[in-house]
Amino acid sequence: MVEFEGIILHIGSFLVIAGIYAIINVGLNVHYGHTGLFNIGIAAFFALGAYTASILVMPPPNPDLYQRYEWGGNLAFTLGSERIGFDLWFPLVLIAAAAVCAAVAYLVGSVTIRLRGDYLAITTLGLGETVRLVFTNEGWLADGTRGLNGIPRVMDGLVDPHWYDFVFLPLVLIVLVIVYFVSQRLAASPWGRVILAIRENEDTVEMVGKNAFQFKLQAFAYGAALMGIGGALYAFAKHSITPQAFEPFFATFIIWSMLILGGSGNHRGAILGAFVLWAVISSSQFLPGFLGDPNLRLAVIGLLIVVVLLVRPAGLIPETRTRT
Amino acid sequence: MVINTNALRDAVVSIVGERGFKAIERSVLVFIFALAVWALIWQLDLTVNGLLVGSVYALGAVGLSLVYGNLHLPNIAHGDYMTLGAFVALFAFGTLVPEVWSQNSVGPFTFSYTLFIALPIGVAFVAVFAVVVDQLVYRTMRRRGALPGVMALASLGVAIALRGFIQYIWGTEVEHFPRVSKKFFIWTVDLFHLQNVQVRVPPDMIFVAAAAIVLTLATYLFLNMTKWGKAMRAAADNEDLARVTGIDVERTNLLTWVIGGGMAAAAGILFATGQGQLLTISGWKLLIPLFAAVVAGGIGNPYGAFAGAIFVGVVGEVSTAWLEPSYKPAVFFAAIIVLLLVRPNGLFGQSRS
Repeated sequence: MVEFEGIILHIGSFLVIAGIYAIINVGLNVHYGHTGLFNIGIAAFFALGAYTASILVMPPPNPDLYQRYEWGGNLAFTLGSERIGFDLWFPLVLIAAAAVCAAVAYLVGSVTIRLRGDYLAITTLGLGETVRLVFTNEGWLADGTRGLNGIPRVMDGLVDPHWYDFVFLPLVLIVLVIVYFVSQRLAASPWGRVILAIRENEDTVEMVGKNAFQFKLQAFAYGAALMGIGGALYAFAKHSITPQAFEPFFATFIIWSMLILGGSGNHRGAILGAFVLWAVISSSQFLPGFLGDPNLRLAVIGLLIVVVLLVRPAGLIPETRTRT
Repeated sequence: MVINTNALRDAVVSIVGERGFKAIERSVLVFIFALAVWALIWQLDLTVNGLLVGSVYALGAVGLSLVYGNLHLPNIAHGDYMTLGAFVALFAFGTLVPEVWSQNSVGPFTFSYTLFIALPIGVAFVAVFAVVVDQLVYRTMRRRGALPGVMALASLGVAIALRGFIQYIWGTEVEHFPRVSKKFFIWTVDLFHLQNVQVRVPPDMIFVAAAAIVLTLATYLFLNMTKWGKAMRAAADNEDLARVTGIDVERTNLLTWVIGGGMAAAAGILFATGQGQLLTISGWKLLIPLFAAVVAGGIGNPYGAFAGAIFVGVVGEVSTAWLEPSYKPAVFFAAIIVLLLVRPNGLFGQSRS
């Protein structure tokens, strides 16, 4: 019998990860749902955010633990509660992760974003793989395949580490709410309406004198920044990261399925999709009998994606189109 | 030839003028080309290996490109169709063919004549499977006018489901393809009396390369010489116009799947034969070079896909002279981004307007 405590703990960790996926999904919705950029390299920004945040807060390498990376920012100590009374490093690190992702997106985007949809997609896929390979092969950067372990936690020591998810959960939800309102506000702003217009018809936007390329680049950088924030939160939630966590399957395709399930084009759908799909995936391990077989679970998830696309092609919450 | 990075272009033009820019552009391209030729000759062994690896990619890429171009579906399940074909062939080896038949191998190759029994079975099975999936899933979506991105996600669902079922049936262990071990072909080449290069070629790879060339050629001839092939190209080009001229578009779609699925199975089986072993993720792992090849060659173009696959294979192998082999996928993409900046629609692609 599964004990009550186990269920509560499972719900806690479920909500944390689902909340993080929701933040990334809002970023993807900015890319695909609003701007029409076909980004299948979410893993790139996911990983960059996670690694930027982790490297900044990790203490200098400890040879006793066989840590091989060259440099750790040690921000968790220098700007943490031990020194200054509260964890100032946490928001700073999230901003740094967002900034790194936005900068990389801007640089890569300024070369590739002119490419036609399909071709942009393949270059983003390549970016995702490249980032993962860099973290896999360059041991001096973040310990290669062993990854970074024992990433410092924000507000550590408040409760037993067993229950830590419930300390972290409010923080994730606060970030999610901020991300949601900022993105929603941006989408309704003049900038957001140009973005939506680019998705509908880029030539018309060009004709009325807007530089569509610049707008797309900005949207690409903004969405990537959100993915970076999600990645940073993921590193703190998991307490350790390895490059294998950012393989395209979990770090890109699952997130895409969440967006389509929820309904691309509106942020509420994106958030709902993340929670619903992650609920299905993480609860399917409790299925009884032969259905609990991990391979059959995989098959069921695949079939679920197909069925949703056939039955509800516009997602759980379809986008409300404004009349023009 | 137009390089697409306008900011950089404008900056350079403002300094050296339009004609100066043209000259710089041309000399940079010539320099890169010369550097590439030098690398190819100097690393002859890697170049030859790259050609062979590229031909394996070509087997998968031709089918992928055909489906992508004709049905506007970037089929993420293509890799898993390859895996499915290989497992069906393995099943055929194990049950339909007596064990002793696998003892004698064909010529210099490691496989026996039983491959020629298992291959058609795998090809036929996957071709039928692809058609069934199309009827159940993609046809409905096509009718609804789904965007390529949404179609791609559906194929992702198919890929995940298919892999789940394959692992449920066959397990996740490494499976071994029947083979007899054979000597490699080894040639020693004297490069301008400066360096001796040893070129080592596994015999099976020559068979795979020949099969890739034959299948690509056959697809090309089919598309350009036969009535059905021409109908397929017409439907890919403009579906409504094709329908008006009396082409049964649903039927050309099915034919696309028969060829695409069959080619995927052939690719999967020959790849597993060349490797001697098979994993449930073998096909999935090939997806990245396959898509890279299709994009490099220009989407929807079989001989483009072949050329793209050779390009990707050679660039990947030759890069290992200087870079960690595990960086290969990153090299593919760097090469493709450069290629797309120079030719925005790939090597043989035409711009769709």
